Amino acid sequence: MEPVLISPAKASILGIPTVIFSVLIPIAGVALFAYIMAKRVAPLVFSNPDFRFDRIPERIKGVLKLWLAQWKQPRYMLAGVIHIMLFAGFIILSIRSSSLVIVGIHDGFVFPGLKGTLGHVYNFFKDYAATMVLIAALMAAYRRAIVKPKRYDVPKKYGKPHTGEALFVLAMISGLMITESLFEGTMAAAAVKKGFEAEFIAPLTLAWIFKVSMTVLPIGSLQATHVIAYYLHDIIFFSFLCFLPMGKHFHVITSLFNVYFMKLDKGTVKPVKWGVADDKLDELKSFGVKKFEDFTWKHMLDFYSCADCGRCSDHCPANAVGRPLSPRFISIKARDYAFSHYPLRGPLKASEPLIGGIFEEDEIWSCTTCGACEEECPLMIEYIDKMVDLRRGMVDDGNVPQSLQKPLSALEKRGNPWGKMEKKRAEWAFKDKAFQAACPVKLLENGGNAETLFFVDSISSYDDRIIQITQSAARLLNAAGVDFGVLGRLEKDAGHEARRFGEEMLFQSLKEENTEAILASGAQRIVTADPHAYNALKKDYKGLPPVYHISEFIAEAIRSGKIRLNGNGDTGKVYTYHDPCYLGRHNNLYDIPRDVLDAIPGIRRVEMEKSRDRSFCCGGGGLMLFYEPIEEQRMGQLRVEMAKTAGANIIVTACPFCMVNMEDAIKTSGLEGEMEAIDLVELIDRHRAV
Amino acid sequence: MEILVCVKRVPDTSENEIQVNGKGTDIERDDLVYSVNEWDNYAVEEAIQIRDRVGGTVTVVTVGDDESEEVLRREMAMGADNGILLSDPAFENADGRGIATILKTAVEKGRYDLILTGAQADDGAGQVGGMLAAMLDVPYASLVNVIEVLDDKKIKVGREIAGGNQEMNEMTLPCVLSIQTGINEPRYVGIRGIRKVASVEIPTMGARDLGLDPAAVAPKVKRLDYFVPDMGEGAEMLTGSTEEIIEKLMELLKAKGGIKS
Repeated sequence: MEPVLISPAKASILGIPTVIFSVLIPIAGVALFAYIMAKRVAPLVFSNPDFRFDRIPERIKGVLKLWLAQWKQPRYMLAGVIHIMLFAGFIILSIRSSSLVIVGIHDGFVFPGLKGTLGHVYNFFKDYAATMVLIAALMAAYRRAIVKPKRYDVPKKYGKPHTGEALFVLAMISGLMITESLFEGTMAAAAVKKGFEAEFIAPLTLAWIFKVSMTVLPIGSLQATHVIAYYLHDIIFFSFLCFLPMGKHFHVITSLFNVYFMKLDKGTVKPVKWGVADDKLDELKSFGVKKFEDFTWKHMLDFYSCADCGRCSDHCPANAVGRPLSPRFISIKARDYAFSHYPLRGPLKASEPLIGGIFEEDEIWSCTTCGACEEECPLMIEYIDKMVDLRRGMVDDGNVPQSLQKPLSALEKRGNPWGKMEKKRAEWAFKDKAFQAACPVKLLENGGNAETLFFVDSISSYDDRIIQITQSAARLLNAAGVDFGVLGRLEKDAGHEARRFGEEMLFQSLKEENTEAILASGAQRIVTADPHAYNALKKDYKGLPPVYHISEFIAEAIRSGKIRLNGNGDTGKVYTYHDPCYLGRHNNLYDIPRDVLDAIPGIRRVEMEKSRDRSFCCGGGGLMLFYEPIEEQRMGQLRVEMAKTAGANIIVTACPFCMVNMEDAIKTSGLEGEMEAIDLVELIDRHRAV
Repeated sequence: MEILVCVKRVPDTSENEIQVNGKGTDIERDDLVYSVNEWDNYAVEEAIQIRDRVGGTVTVVTVGDDESEEVLRREMAMGADNGILLSDPAFENADGRGIATILKTAVEKGRYDLILTGAQADDGAGQVGGMLAAMLDVPYASLVNVIEVLDDKKIKVGREIAGGNQEMNEMTLPCVLSIQTGINEPRYVGIRGIRKVASVEIPTMGARDLGLDPAAVAPKVKRLDYFVPDMGEGAEMLTGSTEEIIEKLMELLKAKGGIKS
């Protein structure tokens, strides 16, 4: 039977059977691709280990939710929908693309299983998929070239805009869709012209448009277009494949793996080196990341996987206040380092130190570890562990900012960053005789036990303002009937920031002392009002009894009626709750503090636009209070503006560091009298019906 | 260049609450934490930087007891090559002149081109460096905030003078310098660094090893008393509206000669 059109497998040009190209193009394409991939894998061979081969069911769940279902994409709705269209289209078209390669060699090739009805159903949907991809690509190109969303901008110090790369890839994607639909459309148009039964093409798809509009062309033109479209598709396909590992579209290949191997435990910090136990740390020659090869293979994979979307930097509070940190460019610069030092052609380039090379010191010290970047990244790229590792490297080399050296030394000598005396750690409970009489606090420093340990931590013990919160907390614990005690001078700083600022051995020392004291107290539970201490005890420490935040205790006491609340009659007061980073993002504790607030009868509460997992960091806690950053303004100042915009005049915090930063910002922004900050615990204490 | 840095173990004023003891003889020492004197630390950092530029070794020395060794170790963790502890019961209670005498004998046991001390100690009188230079009969410059090595016999040193200006001088080696804070940014030394040098040998020298007659270092300055001075009335707080306060302030300044009428 006469074929509708001569297929590429059977055609010839100038006497040469084109099937030769059908074979050569894929072979060359795959060979080049394999070569490029081998070069890209090279640095991972020299990397540090990363143990991520366990917990398979959790990882599969992550892949299904975050990769397949593109769970995080709609956080930026328009861009997210466009991307889902591209992603879903690619997934659906993967079958078509593969079979097309073979069709050029073996005419009429169909994958086994797709010969019958299933094949027709697939063909129907794939045409919509291709059309959807083309529309999405055009929308994306419009956004790149005309709309130019701010997060795509490249600050001058980081080089030239990446718009060219983006548009080039979109052009290739559009080319793939157009050539594929042309290939199909010309065949269908020819069938119509010759009176044959045509493959049913889904109406209003690109292929359909071609079919309908090209019936006016002569068969010769259709034949030529058919074969040319095929080889254009083949060439673009393999060029695209080989282009993927060259830039931000590497994520097309690496995303599945990057999500599968994602970090499963939020709020934790990786060990100095996977496989080296805490008690063997002294044997390591070097701590932290000083050169590129010190990163783990997963971190290198992260650099490759960055899609340059800018969502991380868009939410980075350090970036927002003009600090020299942009998480997106941490990834892009490291990726470009890997590309240039492990080139596709030529010898490997010698390793250079990262700090003073692609990274600046202040860039790395600027991070508050708030986690906003990791929360946004659709590819599950991690930043905090990298910052901590880079800091470990700097600490190992003695390269610590002067402003941090005193508090670190004080932590070592006195167990708190202010150098205050250990014996005064529990003074908040005993110095004021009136308070002591009204609110007895069990002191466990000379023995004795309690069912619950109230871990106060440093700022809540020594800062005059924060002591007021601690005293409210103690009153609430007593009102709730909790049998609690404090460790007093046996308590040392939890070490949360010491660890995250790279002083691992100081953290280990604090952890050992605290663990011993906590276990000796015989406490069955630990409660704290400091989210940094909460996170440290829960995630960084091992072998402790369960740890709770005080809002959980208060919620329970309100539920059981042990704490009853008076109404808030003042209609002029509008409250807004500021999610602390280490309660919210890192520990998913968003609702309980809100429930506690809403239990106050008559309270008027509004939400800021950036709330819950998009909460904007107050400026940081622990050692970050001592660091002197280069910035245009303070994070707290931006945050109180956000509270004002939301219509609130009282910010409710649930973290001592947030309180310090908010009160500071209210003063420096000149909002005294207009805006107030109060801790959740203080607010409940004030409304307590006695 | 062979550099010797004299360091002292002192109670860190920022990590302690200094109180005078009940008897008025000394400060309360029960709950004190100690560390290396801040000025000495700057001196060691400077010595290390000079050594890294021109070669040589850095030796740190202290006069103290066994506990003073921790300070030597910390400076060696920072990068000093050698440490020497000068310890002897006869050295206890030595005054500034006594310390300088002890250090002089230690200097003479070695061959040093450059000797650095801190400008003062947290609990000191800023005198040892000058005395040491005089005893050694070598040139001395104090409050140094910049050192430039010209060759193995000459250096340039600078100090800050009134008005934020800078003065530069040339000196021949060997010499003694006392170092001012801010000359550099000392590197950080953490627990890990100190653990790395935990088992390094630090030789101890006593009066006999140094050839010192204990009488030579007996204190000639005797402490009579230690007390907190009586509190004065405190600052006068001006009250009233801003205009009123300005008026009162102007009157007071004119009356006390602060402004020419």
